[in-house]
Amino acid sequence: MKKVLTHRLVLPIAALIALVAVNTIARPSFVSVTVQNGQLYGPLIDILRNSAPLMLVSLGMMVVIATRGIDLSVGAIMAVSGAVALTIIDGSPTPDDLGTVLAAIGVAVLIGLLLGAWNGMLVALVGVQPIIATLVLMLAGRGVALLITGGFITTINSAPYKFMAQGYVIGLPFAFFVSVAAIVIVALVERRTALGMLTEAVGINPEASRLAGVRARGIIWGAYAASGLLAGLAGILYSSNTMAADSNAAGLYIELYAILAVVLGGTSLMGGKFTIAGTVIGVFTIETLRSTILFLGVPSAVAPLFLAIAVVIVVLIQSPRVRGIVTRVAQGMRGGTKAEVAR
Amino acid sequence: MTSIQAPAAKAGFASFARRFIRRRVSWIPVFAAVALLVVIFVAAQAYFGNFLTPRVISALLLDNAYLFVLAVGMTFVILTGGIDLSVGAVMAFTGMLGASLLRDGVPSGLVVPIMLLLGATFGLAIGVLVQYFDVQPFIASLAAMFAARGLAFIVSLDSIKVEVPEILWLQSTRIQGAPGGFYITPTGIIALLVVIAGALVLAFTRFGRTIYAIGGSEQSARLMGLPVVRTKLLAYVVSGVCAGLAGVVFTAYTGASYPLNGLGTELDTIAAVVIGGTLLTGGSGYVVGSMIGVFVYGTIRTAISFMGADQSWTRISIGLLLLVFVVVQRLIVARSERR
Repeated sequence: MKKVLTHRLVLPIAALIALVAVNTIARPSFVSVTVQNGQLYGPLIDILRNSAPLMLVSLGMMVVIATRGIDLSVGAIMAVSGAVALTIIDGSPTPDDLGTVLAAIGVAVLIGLLLGAWNGMLVALVGVQPIIATLVLMLAGRGVALLITGGFITTINSAPYKFMAQGYVIGLPFAFFVSVAAIVIVALVERRTALGMLTEAVGINPEASRLAGVRARGIIWGAYAASGLLAGLAGILYSSNTMAADSNAAGLYIELYAILAVVLGGTSLMGGKFTIAGTVIGVFTIETLRSTILFLGVPSAVAPLFLAIAVVIVVLIQSPRVRGIVTRVAQGMRGGTKAEVAR
Repeated sequence: MTSIQAPAAKAGFASFARRFIRRRVSWIPVFAAVALLVVIFVAAQAYFGNFLTPRVISALLLDNAYLFVLAVGMTFVILTGGIDLSVGAVMAFTGMLGASLLRDGVPSGLVVPIMLLLGATFGLAIGVLVQYFDVQPFIASLAAMFAARGLAFIVSLDSIKVEVPEILWLQSTRIQGAPGGFYITPTGIIALLVVIAGALVLAFTRFGRTIYAIGGSEQSARLMGLPVVRTKLLAYVVSGVCAGLAGVVFTAYTGASYPLNGLGTELDTIAAVVIGGTLLTGGSGYVVGSMIGVFVYGTIRTAISFMGADQSWTRISIGLLLLVFVVVQRLIVARSERR
């Protein structure tokens, strides 16, 4: 029982369950799922669908954070990738052709990968601080995206592209399957090979891991490239949801939400150990919180305030000082018989 | 002795330059920023022919007054090795609250101190999170940014017009100074005063020197018995007060407050500070450099609007400049580490 209570995923899971419970009590329709034409509808299904871009970005962010880095450029990469894909489809004579759409998606995701590799080069080869290296692209990326679309919001009509975010497969949103596939691939690559352990080694102590023969440079580079690739894919999902390439709005603040999701899940910003399950829970927590805020009728512009409160609560729970106080209080309640602290 | 005077004068300059550079090695990034500014000025003048006019130069100070104020506060925080992402949102929130108080008839003599105090509160909150709860500055100021942005929208979802004469006076008064149409507004004077005050505090006070010591090595500063906790808290408070003051200046500048004001300003501010030669690792940099950085930013923006090009080019060029400066800084640091 004690082992279960001190597991690092307890707090994130408890937070998510509490949030869902509060929602269910406040509006019983929250957990209701209706079936129309063999497709499932309901607030929970919406959360599964809408969380897909954040899920992809957060998975990439988690790997980058594990190497002691941070990737601020994911929102800008999303904007660029959406702009590229929609410009290609818009310019092609056959926007409804599956081949055209796949080619557009391929090019856009490849560009996301290249932009991520650029970040990785700055961090791993040149040795620039991650915050600044990715800040460059964060500043310039949106401008580039605006140039690609010529300053306009490109809108398209393309059935296969629309399917990406709005289509259904065996009753569930297609976007959900995309995020499940991403989770599975990341989990397989990181946990069924040594890559995950090496990534953590780089994050825990770059110098020691280098001396132990870990190729830190390649691993850091790869982490940023993966983050760029996933952000590129997230950009496709986002633009497919609105069928428009809005370079100013696409992925705005998503880097912050993604960092928050990763931290909520229990991965430390100091790098090192990361938890995929925690990140997934973190993403769902944020998405549920967003849905709650919308339901409460709070103007969506005020939503950041609630996120700020959530961030402060989470970081306070994680902070050593508060944990120390809690432990001391708990010990006091047990009559101070137990000297050693269960950590 | 007189016979070697002439060659010595020639060699003297080279050695003087070398000695100068060796003694002022920490100023080199600032000189680089000044050189960049001159290059941009000359290039823009050569390209447009009518760029270096009193009107444009005066407008540079006027249009970017809030950014100067923000950059000074940001320099304090970055010098301690921290970062403050909240400045843009705090500027928007203080501006919104100030405008709504003014609309309700609260005298401006009361509103402005309230705005500054509000900024200070945000700074203090970030500082407490960073110092007492071991939260990373990035995350703590991120939370403050979210909070301030949300609060700004709680004040009002729409923009609030400011019609109080003494606030508008800050912007509309044109003090004609030097011959040839140069002018300065009270907001510009505020910006310059903040820069001067910031530079003096950092250079000559115990607080300022402690900031450099903390940025150089927090551990050493603590072992030397310097008041690390108090100084770091105070650095964030300075940044918060600057954000509040920027709220006043920006409200005067636009004559209205809008909750989306200053979106992305924190990035512009950080970029200006870095271009001005302040190292993000802390411990090295000058407020004067940040001022030059803001001038570079403002000049690029003006040049791009002169060209009639899309303003998205501003962010692209600032991003590229940031890249060049960071890589060069990195090379300088790498070289000094090898020695």
